Order: sequence, then structure tokens, then C-alpha cells
Amino acid sequence: MSILTEFPSIDTETLRSLKKSIDAGFKNFSRNYGDNIESFFEPVRFLLIESEQFLINTPWPIIMAIIAIIAWAGSKNIKIVISVVMILLLIGYFDMWENTMKTISITFVAALLAIVFGIPIGILMAKSNFFQRVMNPVLDVMQTMPSFVYLIPVVMLLGIGKIPGLIAVVIYSIPPMIRLTNLGIRLVNQAVIEAADSYGASNTQKLIYIQIPLALPTIMAGINQTIMLALSMVVIASMIGVTGLGQPVLTAIQNQYFTLGIFNGFAIVGIAIVFDRVSQAYGKRIQESHGTINDK
Amino acid sequence: MISKPYIKLKNVSKVFGQNPDTVIDLVQNNIDKTELQNDYNHIIGLQNINIDIPKNKIQVFMGLSGSGKSTLIRHLNQLIRPTSGEIVVNNVNVTELNKKDLINFRRENFAMVFQKFALLPHRTVLSNTYFGLQIRGVKSPELENTAKYWIDKVGLDGFENYHPNQLSGGMQQRVGIARALANDAPILLMDEPFSALDPLIRIEMQDMLITLQKELKKTIIFITHDLDEALKLGDNIAILRDGKIIQSGTGQDIILNPYDSYISNFTAQVNRGKVIECEKVMKKLSKDAFSKVTIAKEAKLEEAVRVMISNNINEVDVVNSKKKYIGTVYLDDVMASIINPIAEP
Ligand SMILES: Nc1ncnc2c1ncn2[C@@H]1O[C@H](COP(=O)(O)OP(=O)(O)O)[C@@H](O)[C@H]1O
Ligand SMILES: [Mg+2]
Repeated sequence: MSILTEFPSIDTETLRSLKKSIDAGFKNFSRNYGDNIESFFEPVRFLLIESEQFLINTPWPIIMAIIAIIAWAGSKNIKIVISVVMILLLIGYFDMWENTMKTISITFVAALLAIVFGIPIGILMAKSNFFQRVMNPVLDVMQTMPSFVYLIPVVMLLGIGKIPGLIAVVIYSIPPMIRLTNLGIRLVNQAVIEAADSYGASNTQKLIYIQIPLALPTIMAGINQTIMLALSMVVIASMIGVTGLGQPVLTAIQNQYFTLGIFNGFAIVGIAIVFDRVSQAYGKRIQESHGTINDK
Repeated sequence: MISKPYIKLKNVSKVFGQNPDTVIDLVQNNIDKTELQNDYNHIIGLQNINIDIPKNKIQVFMGLSGSGKSTLIRHLNQLIRPTSGEIVVNNVNVTELNKKDLINFRRENFAMVFQKFALLPHRTVLSNTYFGLQIRGVKSPELENTAKYWIDKVGLDGFENYHPNQLSGGMQQRVGIARALANDAPILLMDEPFSALDPLIRIEMQDMLITLQKELKKTIIFITHDLDEALKLGDNIAILRDGKIIQSGTGQDIILNPYDSYISNFTAQVNRGKVIECEKVMKKLSKDAFSKVTIAKEAKLEEAVRVMISNNINEVDVVNSKKKYIGTVYLDDVMASIINPIAEP
């Protein structure tokens, strides 16, 4: 009867040695190849440090002006620009400027990597049903696996620091980029594709002249979601050494400093709003200039 | 003089479904479309199509919805591949082209106009128009100049920077036509290009096409479900039904000798005065000196009536292109021919 109350599991000894041998194998791997992998990520580290240095060392009014100009270029909406500036002023006034710059920097680099890798993967998925079938479960795992779990192998390989933090953020935030690129391309009106075929367009020409431009609003929605996910990951990533607004939040949790926590929390919300409004307004603008995406 | 066919379809059949090859024999042996659908779960798109299409003429394909018109026109540029049969365009068997050669062949030979326009919504009128040229690797400023020329030609001067969704249906299709003509391909494929337009706009577009064709003399394949449109535009007309061509000839042939009651039911509604030519109803008299007023043998009966009424006469002499007398038409003969025969019940 005990078979019903107690699940028939493999015995403790086997399970322990299984876990042990996998961990040992992985440790060996990271001992042997850790250095190579680290040097592989050197360009990313360079990008990350440079952008962080730039954001911190440039006088704040210049940074604020740059951000305001980007907000204007993206949204063409003065209300959005004003609220962006207000949010940044408040953040600076409450002495969170430097941490905010660090967070913006890692979010920017993570989003950049997610775009650089996500869009081509999304395109491949749209072009090949087979690849789509392979990728979908992988993306499901990436999105549902608790983020702490894949922090472990990343830390084992690369130790604590900015790069492993960045990798974790990218893994966590790339799925919507891939999915929405795939979806955007698949939703392009077939009649337009047929017209391109009838004029003798090659696959590359169809991609460049038609599919990517028409999928752009959907791809923009993917970029928006990717940025939001990246921001939400910075607190968790601060546990493995990512600096920025996440770290004070972590300290606040550990020491029960409510005010510190809530201020930095609000700062994260603030930049999330900035990213979100600007990228959404931009997405909406390209959509309008396209007319309807699927005018069937 | 019989001109060599420019486009030739030989026993072309197309079957849609899971396994077309398993039923192609039945299709070639003239199985009925509904039988194949009910008993074999495959759909006939085209069945044993044979037709020669001459150069520089307008060839119309007409038929009801689902008769296979779109399927047929897409076989010419191989947007749809046949299940069996051969399609020869300008001495090239297009069914044998590989992917790369086919792309090149399309670039050099075809331009296409679509019922729902199929413009690129993210592009302006100008950049929509040069799309085909861009695909062929033509560079600025030739790209813009050529596009501009054709935009003017279709009457859209000043709309270069508009997006398609800012234009009416008629204007959008003008862009579709400009895009096709800018390509300077010898063959123009038009799949119900005017069916989505309002009647008045449609007539305007038909007239524009006729004017353009006088100058361009392209080989035009024109699809329609409207007999009046077919008669107005077509040098030759082929009528499709259930994927088969049931009659093919000039508009006048079809009106005067409908192959079966299916076709005569179509033709019953037609304004025959606009289709039948004087030559068909004239009487040959042996006379040399002819009346002051004459009429060309290709003139339609409607025109003859107009001439007779305005000159207050009831007969008029018919002349050929060398102004030589060939016969006489009488008002009562003309009237009798214009009246539609009583449709069969
Ligand atoms: N991709 C397809 N799959 C299955 N059946 C099709 C397909 N395309 C067309 N058909 C069928 O082939 C026939 C001819 O269609 P079509 O050429 O579009 O007709 P038309 O243009 O004259 O309205 C119809 O019965 C249609 O249902
Ligand atoms: Mg059709």
C-alpha cells in the first residue's frame, strides 16, 4: 500500500550520485573552458563598461538633454518628453542618478543583445516551420524557468559580476523579441508577398523590402516587452553582482529599510515608464505611417 | 495571316488537394469536377486547358467565381505550378525553369495587377511604383524618373508622396497599373483589376487601359467576371467554367454563336449594338458609285444607327480600310440584329 502514499522514486543514493556527477562534470567544464568563455564575452564587457562610463561621467544636464531628444525623436509628443524630464529630475533630486545610469546602461546593452540575436532567430523561425517547432518549447522553458536556476550555471562558468548578470538578463528578456519577430513576419499579408513574387523578388528582397518593414510595429512591441523584462530582472541580477538600482533594493530587503527600497523601486518604475511610453509612441507612429498592417 | 502564338498552354491541368498525382489521370480523362471533389476529395483548378495567346493583343478570360480564372493567370508566371501540362511563353517552357531562372524570367517578362491592389502599405505612391524596377536592380535617379513618368501617365501627378491608405480604390489601382507599366515587361497580367471598383470608376479605368494599350501594344491577359468588360476590352475572349475553357473567340463570335445555353444566358443581357460589326449584317450589292456617307466595316451597329439617323437615311455603304466599297447596311437589318434573341427557358 505504501506505493500509493509514497511516490516510487529512485533511491536517495543514486539520486545523490547523479546530481554529484552532473555538477562535477559542469565544474570541470567551467574550470577548463571558463577562461575561453570569458574572453569570448570581452567585447560585451567592453560595451557595457563604455556605456556605463559614458552615462556616469557625462554631466547630467547633457545626458538629460540626450534622453529628451531621443524621447522627442521617438514619440514626437511634447507631453511624453516633459514627463520623461520630470521623472529624471525627481530621480536625480533623490540622489539616485548614478545607480539609475548604471541600470539604464545594463538595460540598454541587454536590449541591444536581445535585438541583435532575437531578430535573426525570429526571422529563421518565420522562414522554417521545423525551426519554429524546435524553438517554441525552448522559449517556453526560457520564460517559465525561475530565473534563479539559470543564474547558477552562469555563475559557475563566469563567477559573480556584470557579464553573468547581463547574460541572465538577456536570456530572461529575449523570448518576446524572438516570438514577436516570428509572429510579425508570419502575419504579413500574403497578397503583398504574392505581388512581390510576381515581380521576381528573391527571398532576401522580400525580407528587406516587405517582411521586415511590415513586421516592424510587431517587432517594436517585442523590443518594448524585452526592455520591460530586462528592467524587471535587474533586481534579481543584482544578487550576482550587477550594480545599479537593484542593489539598494537588495540591501533594503536584507535590512528592512523600507524607504530605501521604495525610493529605488519607484526609480525602476520611473525608467520603465520612460522606456515604455517612448517605444510605444514610436511603434504607434510607424504603424500609422504604414496604414493598416493587414489591409485584406 | 496567322500570328505565331506568344503564349501557349498545352493540356494544362491543376489539381488541389493532398495527393494530386494520384488523381491526375482521372482529371486528364475528363472526370467531372463535383465527382472528383465528392469521391476523391480533390479540387480541380484547371482541366486540360489548351489555348494559344497572340502577341500584343488583349486576351480576356471570363467566368464566374471559382471557375479557375485566378488559377489560370497564375500559371503563366508560375505563381502556381501545374499538376500536368506545359506552358510556353515566348518560346520558353516556363514549367521547366528552376527557381533562380524563374525569378529572372518573371523580372524580364511579367508585370501583374491584382484585384485587391496588393500595394505595399508602408511605401509611398512613388516607391510603390518603382518596386519592380528596384527588384531588378535599377538605381536612382532612373528609378524615380521612370516611376514619375508612369505616375503622370495614369493621372496621379501630385500624389507621389501619398501612402496607399490615403487614396481611393480607383487611385490605388492606378498605382497598381503604374507599378506594372513602370516595369516595362512585355506581358501584363491583370486579375480582375477593376472588379473591386465602383461602376463609374470602372468604366474610367477601362477607357484608360484602352488608351494606354493603343500606345503600348503589350500582351495583356485580362481576367473578369463581367461580360460587358470582356467585350469592351478583349481582342479575344475565352470563357471558363469549372476549370475548363468552354468557348474561345472574338467577342462577336461568342455573341453570334454561343456554344451552349450556359453562354447564351450570359450573352442575352449584352448590348449587341456595341459588339456586332457592320460587316456581319451588310448586304453585298454590285454597285460602284457609293453614297456620300460611308462607314468602316469594323464599325459597330450602334455607330451605323447613329450615322443613319443623323443623316436622315436608312441605308449606308460600308467600306474597307482602303475606302473601297464592300457592302451596304440597312436600318431594319441593323435593328433586327441589335434586338436580343429571346433567351431559352
Ligand atoms: N489553394 C487552393 N487550394 C484548394 N482549392 C483551391 C485553391 N485555389 C483555388 N482553389 C479552387 O480552385 C477553383 C478555382 O479557383 P480560382 O482560380 O480562384 O477561381 P476564380 O479566380 O475564377 O474565382 C475553385 O474551386 C477554388 O476553390
Ligand atoms: Mg479570382
